[in-house]
Amino acid sequence: MLRVEEIHKSFDDFKAVNGANLTVQKGALVAVIGPNGAGKTTLFNLITGQLKPDKGKVVFNEEDISKLPPYQICRRGIARSFQIANIFPRLTVFRNVQVSVLSQQGKSRKLFYPAEKLAVKETNSILESVGLSDKAGNTAGSLAHGDQRALEIAIALGNEPELLILDEPTAGMSPEETTATIDMVKRLADLRGLTLLFCEHDMEVVFNAAQSIMVMHQGLTIIQGEPDEVRNSRQVQECYLGGAEPC
Amino acid sequence: MFKDVFNLKSLVLPGAIFVVLLILPPIIPRFYTYILAVIFVTALLAMSLNMVVGHGGLFQFHHGVFYGVGAYTVALMLTKTSLPIWACFVAGPIMAALVGLLIGAFCIRLTRLYFGMLQISLGSLVWAIAFRWYDLTGGDDGMHGIPMPPIISSSKGAYYFALIILAICMIVIYLIFKSPFGATLQAIRDNPDRCEAIGINVRRHQLIAIVIASFFAGIAGVLFVVVEGSVFPDLLFWVFSLEVFIMCLLGGWFTFAGPILGAAMMVSLRTFVGIYTEYWTLILGIVLILLIFFLPEGVWGFLLEKFGRQTKGAVEGGSE
Repeated sequence: MLRVEEIHKSFDDFKAVNGANLTVQKGALVAVIGPNGAGKTTLFNLITGQLKPDKGKVVFNEEDISKLPPYQICRRGIARSFQIANIFPRLTVFRNVQVSVLSQQGKSRKLFYPAEKLAVKETNSILESVGLSDKAGNTAGSLAHGDQRALEIAIALGNEPELLILDEPTAGMSPEETTATIDMVKRLADLRGLTLLFCEHDMEVVFNAAQSIMVMHQGLTIIQGEPDEVRNSRQVQECYLGGAEPC
Repeated sequence: MFKDVFNLKSLVLPGAIFVVLLILPPIIPRFYTYILAVIFVTALLAMSLNMVVGHGGLFQFHHGVFYGVGAYTVALMLTKTSLPIWACFVAGPIMAALVGLLIGAFCIRLTRLYFGMLQISLGSLVWAIAFRWYDLTGGDDGMHGIPMPPIISSSKGAYYFALIILAICMIVIYLIFKSPFGATLQAIRDNPDRCEAIGINVRRHQLIAIVIASFFAGIAGVLFVVVEGSVFPDLLFWVFSLEVFIMCLLGGWFTFAGPILGAAMMVSLRTFVGIYTEYWTLILGIVLILLIFFLPEGVWGFLLEKFGRQTKGAVEGGSE
């Protein structure tokens, strides 16, 4: 479904992504791991068009999307969440998600029709599925950190994506919150038939949840494979897990 | 659709103000009728600017251009052509919207401050034309004594005309504010990058907003000609545009009614403090400093926050 081929991106002299490869099968749950600064977020930004690659290709459903602007990529069926809460702080929680649903339905430019009456059912169902129903009327900027993260995912769901990319969905969360969030994400993926691509720091979470894991180090893909395969790879142990026994 | 956006409760306050304004002219001195008409014109201008600044998050630094183009278009057509009057009046806003499209299409490629700087540059070109092309525009003298149909040529006539047009425009702007277009525009203001990531063509959306705002600025320009009977290049000067910008900040730029209040305050300040000293901007400066420290959301924004829990639902709806 998604194929990233030998992608490169440098900022001035710094090679952030230096030959990354990634394959995501339809319906799979794929994780990208790597130490800080390995280029995970840059890779995601390259896939969703926030950055343009210097070299290499991003192929989604047999189409090269590496030169498209973000909004076009989104319309092809890829939605994403961001590592730092990237929401609409002055709007209500409801409106945050509704704007996304309206965009998906192609109604963003409708003038002279009350927005209140549009996309209400869809928005409410998304808010319910991430557990934000009771906060729908709150201003998004006033939400607690965990709720903002959930809203972040809800906004991405509003686009009814085929492929959902989550950039560290549990950043800054306690272990309990992390488990709850990952469970929620997995449930949503099942429910909506999503393909998931995410990156994550918590090794336990990754090795339990993902069907396929891609390991990045210094902008380079070291390996992509099933959890067991990655766990036992000597290369991974050397450069990422520091030679110690993996969890 | 009117039923869906407006409920009875939300119409009480604006309706009452409208009725009061309707019966005022025979009671108050002519000078005040004139000042109120100027406030109407300026309020419409500030509201049109606020569509892109407060709701759109764009640094529209040279909004006066579209106001001036509207005013000059109608003035030129009334004096130099024999077209029917309604055609001249309609041409003003349309011409303003076209110039908005042209300037906007260039500026929209840049963001934030760069957007504002380029707009000042391009706008100043238009100002230079009005300022220098003596044969057509009368240069720095402007044009005076523009003929008006008798019904709106008196100060009372102009007052009612401005009031009714302002009321209609306010309703339309409110509908836009409440529409999916307006909601998306506010989302772009909050976070353009995220909007791009949820499939919104941010630049196109902003450009449409600029064109709509220019159109309403053009209407304000036409009203200016009706009220003043003259045009001059100062309307297009960037310093004046900044004044309008300040009105939005003063009143509360994240609110719907804030710019109206800001315009009223600014025109009053200029008129009544201006009687005593030509340095009325000194007072304005002090007001602005106080505003930045104590009411960063503007006067109307402050009032909404303070007393707004119940009226907020009525005046602002659920979107703030």
